[in-house]
Amino acid sequence: MSAALGKIKGFDQRFLVIAAILFAILLPFFFDRGSSFMDDAVLALAYVVMALGLNVIVGFAGLLDLGYVAFFAIGAYTMGWLGSTFYSQANGGEGVHLLVTGAAANLPGIHVNFLLVLVGAIILTTIAGVIIGLPTLRLRGDYIAIVTLAFGEIIGQVAANGDQVRIGGIWDKTLGALPLIPDLGSEATLTRGKLGISPVDKIDLPFVDPFTSLDIRSWYFVALGLVLIVLFVNVRLRDSRLGRAWVALREDEVAAISMGIPTVKTKLMAYGTGAALGGMSGAFLGSYLNTVNASQFEFIFSIFILAMVILGGLGSVWGVVIGAILLSFVNSWLIPDVLNGLPGQLGLDFDLTQVSFAIFGFILVIVMILRPEGLIPERSRKQEMHGIGTGDRAGAGSDVELGEAR
Amino acid sequence: MALLEVEDIRASYGLIEALHGVSLEVEAGEVVTMIGSNGAGKSTVLRSISGLTPARQGAIRFDGEEITHLTPMEIVGRGISHVPEGRRCFPRMTVRENLELGAFLRRDDSSAEMDHVFDLFPRLAERQSQAAGTMSGGEQQMLAIGRAMMARPRLLLMDEPSMGIAPILVERIYETIEQISQEGTTILLVEQNAHYGLGVAARGYVIETGRIILSGEAATIGEDPKVREAYLGA
Repeated sequence: MSAALGKIKGFDQRFLVIAAILFAILLPFFFDRGSSFMDDAVLALAYVVMALGLNVIVGFAGLLDLGYVAFFAIGAYTMGWLGSTFYSQANGGEGVHLLVTGAAANLPGIHVNFLLVLVGAIILTTIAGVIIGLPTLRLRGDYIAIVTLAFGEIIGQVAANGDQVRIGGIWDKTLGALPLIPDLGSEATLTRGKLGISPVDKIDLPFVDPFTSLDIRSWYFVALGLVLIVLFVNVRLRDSRLGRAWVALREDEVAAISMGIPTVKTKLMAYGTGAALGGMSGAFLGSYLNTVNASQFEFIFSIFILAMVILGGLGSVWGVVIGAILLSFVNSWLIPDVLNGLPGQLGLDFDLTQVSFAIFGFILVIVMILRPEGLIPERSRKQEMHGIGTGDRAGAGSDVELGEAR
Repeated sequence: MALLEVEDIRASYGLIEALHGVSLEVEAGEVVTMIGSNGAGKSTVLRSISGLTPARQGAIRFDGEEITHLTPMEIVGRGISHVPEGRRCFPRMTVRENLELGAFLRRDDSSAEMDHVFDLFPRLAERQSQAAGTMSGGEQQMLAIGRAMMARPRLLLMDEPSMGIAPILVERIYETIEQISQEGTTILLVEQNAHYGLGVAARGYVIETGRIILSGEAATIGEDPKVREAYLGA
């Protein structure tokens, strides 16, 4: 599998990867700690994590997921719930403090150390991933896309209207009544709707100075750390037994089942893993953006991440990294900072940021025409896009048959 | 006790019942062929045995143990491999990768099986790094059989190995099926091409619209006037 990258102009792959990592480590020292470039770079890294997560679901396992934003939302809310003054009545107004230092240690509300929040986000999103995976098990292709799209919309609507959902009373009578679990106070709601939970606790790591919004460099290194972990996970999964099972299911589900590949487990592993990575990134972004509000979790965000995966090359780990960085910089730098005034200069009455998603759509159309397999294609996709089709499949099962297959 | 016992199974696709009570037996070491026309239910019988289309009623026993409601994974694990209709190779994987997936459930080293498959089909050895989808129908059929052999099955289910393949390759494939049988693997084969199917088998069944209408020695079935008329074009 690694041949896909090894072929790049004769460079040794390992050398390229080490060089890229070194470059990423040294990069922040050439920019001001609070510069807008650093801000864009942190966002890009967070999106790389999400795109690699979605790549597991869509790229490796071939399950088109149009509701990936749900996992961003759940990860971000985990951060919001466990790291802000949102539940200010928690524990009778005294707050809950778990391994936090600095300002957060004296505030009301629930304040849990970022690393623990990260673990919580991974657990919650994995569960959510399995829940969305279950109803799609009997579906294929476009139908999976529709169900996942609906799931993303449901989570988005729950986030937007969660300020009307008072969970405090019922929580205090049930879970809150258990030992060690704090009560939330009767006024506690599920979310804070479009107003958003803000401020959110900054990342708080042992042996490191407290994070601030002014010094973005430390955020950058945390995000880079997440990227490296997720990259490692992606590469290992791709080359694993599970990775081969995903590809087999993607290519021919019936044949894969005949080989004894357990479909249910294999697909749920893809959803769970992809969701967990989205949740990690979501928790990080919740803290970094300092707000968790419903307008962040709209359908268009799922498409934004999916476009990164497609641009880079479905299933191609390194392609997806590059796709995510490129689209992220187009979104947060090229369109707003460089080209935004362009329509005005041409005498048109709008800003380019107003049409940014049209621009992404346009980029995708161009990619589909010029390089449908993505920037750095995975080997088998390249064949697919260049006419090595499914071959002679006379008598391949009808839809009825496929529907029956377990 | 036969290696495989299928007892009065019924199977349906949605509301449409495809098998109305099919029974058959395969003894260890035998080659058994089931012939029948399009839509008679041949493939469904095999799919029921391998768990792809589980039987709604009746019982399937392998080596004396009931496997009717096991998952395909468990059934493969017990030693039944299915060469599916239409070959279904993984088209964008190489020949070698296809074969490796055949041994998916085996945690031990499968290189001996790989060598064995390359002995059976030297053509596959020549093409091991070629994408399966670029090969001819006959070569893909060889790959599908080889892939099923990678699991080291005790019972091999084959669904129309002659379908859509040049006659010369069909001969070649049937020679190999005989060789696999001589090496001790039990085979249940379904075919529309009764000439080849009955030629390789000791016993046979004829299936029509979801029911077995005739069974016996392969040679006897080949002599049956109705079979000759319907399936042998005589």
